[in-house]
Amino acid sequence: MKRLVVVDSNRCVGCGLCAYACTNRYGYVGVSKSAIHVRSAGGVERGFVVVVCRACRDPPCSRACPVDALVPRKGGGVVLNPSKCIGCGFCVTACDIGAVMWDSEAMKPVICTHCGYCVEFCPHGVIALEEVG
Amino acid sequence: MTDWVKTLSKVLYVDLSKKLFWVEEREDLFSRWLGGTGVAIQLYKEEVPRGADPLGPDNAVVFAVGPLTGVFPMASKVVAVFKSPLNGLVSEAHGGGRAATAIRFAGYGAIVIKGESDIPIYIVVDDGKVRFRDAGALWGMRSSETVGRVLREALPGAGYRTIMRIGRAGERLVRYANLTVETYRHFGRMGLGAVFGSKKLKALVVIGRGGFKLPDVRTYREVYKEIYGLTKGSMTKKYHDLGTAANVLPLDKLGALPTRNFTSGRFEGAREISGEKLAEENLSRRVACTACPVACIHLAAIREEYEDERYFYKTEFVPYDHEPIYALGSNLGISDRYGLLKLIKAVEDEGVDAISTGLVLAWATEALERGIVGLNDTLVELRWGDWRNYVKAVSYIVLQPNEFYRALALGVEEAAARYGGAEFALAYNRVEPAGYHTGPLYHASLAIGFRHSHLDAGAYATDQSLVSSGAPVPSPEEAAEQIVEEESWRQVLSSLVLCFFGRGVYTKEVVSRTLRALGYEIDEKALVELGRRIYLEKHGVKFSEGFKPEEVRIPRRFLETPTPLGQIREEFLRKVIAHYAKLVRDYIEKSGSG
Repeated sequence: MKRLVVVDSNRCVGCGLCAYACTNRYGYVGVSKSAIHVRSAGGVERGFVVVVCRACRDPPCSRACPVDALVPRKGGGVVLNPSKCIGCGFCVTACDIGAVMWDSEAMKPVICTHCGYCVEFCPHGVIALEEVG
Repeated sequence: MTDWVKTLSKVLYVDLSKKLFWVEEREDLFSRWLGGTGVAIQLYKEEVPRGADPLGPDNAVVFAVGPLTGVFPMASKVVAVFKSPLNGLVSEAHGGGRAATAIRFAGYGAIVIKGESDIPIYIVVDDGKVRFRDAGALWGMRSSETVGRVLREALPGAGYRTIMRIGRAGERLVRYANLTVETYRHFGRMGLGAVFGSKKLKALVVIGRGGFKLPDVRTYREVYKEIYGLTKGSMTKKYHDLGTAANVLPLDKLGALPTRNFTSGRFEGAREISGEKLAEENLSRRVACTACPVACIHLAAIREEYEDERYFYKTEFVPYDHEPIYALGSNLGISDRYGLLKLIKAVEDEGVDAISTGLVLAWATEALERGIVGLNDTLVELRWGDWRNYVKAVSYIVLQPNEFYRALALGVEEAAARYGGAEFALAYNRVEPAGYHTGPLYHASLAIGFRHSHLDAGAYATDQSLVSSGAPVPSPEEAAEQIVEEESWRQVLSSLVLCFFGRGVYTKEVVSRTLRALGYEIDEKALVELGRRIYLEKHGVKFSEGFKPEEVRIPRRFLETPTPLGQIREEFLRKVIAHYAKLVRDYIEKSGSG
């Protein structure tokens, strides 16, 4: 199993190409379906914050889900079962690092699958896929 | 025409006088003119009546993005078209940061801002709505950086938004005030900040969190991957490594680095303020515009000890690029790197265009040296290299404590009209020049270029290749054709909208493939023709507003100081201008437009 890790957010230049790559998994361009988000750490001179699922072993988002739509994944994190999801958004509030994004078109969370597609499009080695047991 | 046009065709109109907003579907414009410059110029034609006061309610600001914005790497710029308060003519500026993607993913292809508010306001565009907010607490703030910080903390959408704002210079209508984007990028030239100020519009915030479904994901991914690889490669390496400051030393070596108000093309302090030295000593972070892997934005950190207390320090961040290094460095004889960065910082805080400010100060320095003006005018001793006094003078330009500084706030042309010294008041069409003294093609391109940017036609590079190849300088007619052809192609790039730093990657072939991947049916030949058409439309509007290129003043200094290609002959420039004027007038006559 693999998980996505932020190697060094200080290498991030804030281009956001990771987020565009993520949205592209669904055949879209933009940021509406991205599970990874980049924002400045209070002004770009202070660098950037890369917000993405860190594949918790005991994910609070999963525990907050009232309909068991977020199933813990082997290796950490969760898998979304969209047909169970009722769009309550509890998972969003349950994640303290803000890594459960929201698709306001589908009214469902966007969950990182740790596929690593974004890694291919990070020009500066900020993120990587890491093998986990 | 492709459905992709529909993702762009919403135009948001904001009327500041009535505090109203509405959206119109303008597929007609986006299917014919792509987006960006092509569409913005048409919207400008619709909105701004001839004879409109650039600082009155009739002027409008059009922001436009294009079909590639946020879709392919380096499609990261917004085009702004407005009437310039610096020369009273239609004008254009490009800005980066997050502005382009925020507008695009807020769902708009263009935003038109018109009218003027009765009170200072800022506007927030989010979720299909526009909110008009009281800017009373922001008006008059000393640093535009603080304005950015306040809005950053007060508003939602971190990472998805653009915060465009003016400094005090815009509020006080300095004719070359800029519009700052995300702290370190700008719609720099032609006085967009003063237009905002005249409308009492302190800031424009756009939050864009949306997305669009692609017509053909497989083709898109193929093309994207290839372009992404290219944008990370050798064609953009210069911008990534040292940034545009990489130009300083080569230009100096060539004798084309404008120094002390263009009295020389060589600066003895060039090494100290070079991109290399800045990177070694001061570079603290490289930053990118959204959707661009290059990260050409270079931020220096300067550490300063407070004078009143030992071991009490502050650290400030200052963006640097070739243009401010030239305009506020070599052109003012400043080789103290720390002093240069402090001066750039002052210019940033006040929100004035670095190029215009530097040239205005250079003229004032020379005017004082020659006794045309006195210390009672300048208030501080303006001397080459004395950055501390230049920092003070920047705030005087904004605060305008006397007649002299009121004149400086109008630009170098106007200052010289009042005080004399026109031969060393450096501007074409009232707009101060970018930092190259490479040769006749570059100067010709400044005289006839639309944005008054060195990137209009990139003619500084043509000059440089003539120097290295030893090939003869083309005839004025050929030169005019070359400049027009290049500037015309760049209209395609700025209609898509691509950053011009990506021009090496986005060849005609690559551009047409990106468009095909989005379902557009337009080949290279048609693109070139469209670029020419947009070029002529733009320049046609300028002529219709009373622009008479034959009357362009050519400051004697430009002709006296030798370039690497020798002294420039006025006759050459006049012939280029005449050829250009004929071309545009023929078009106006034929098309009945303008």
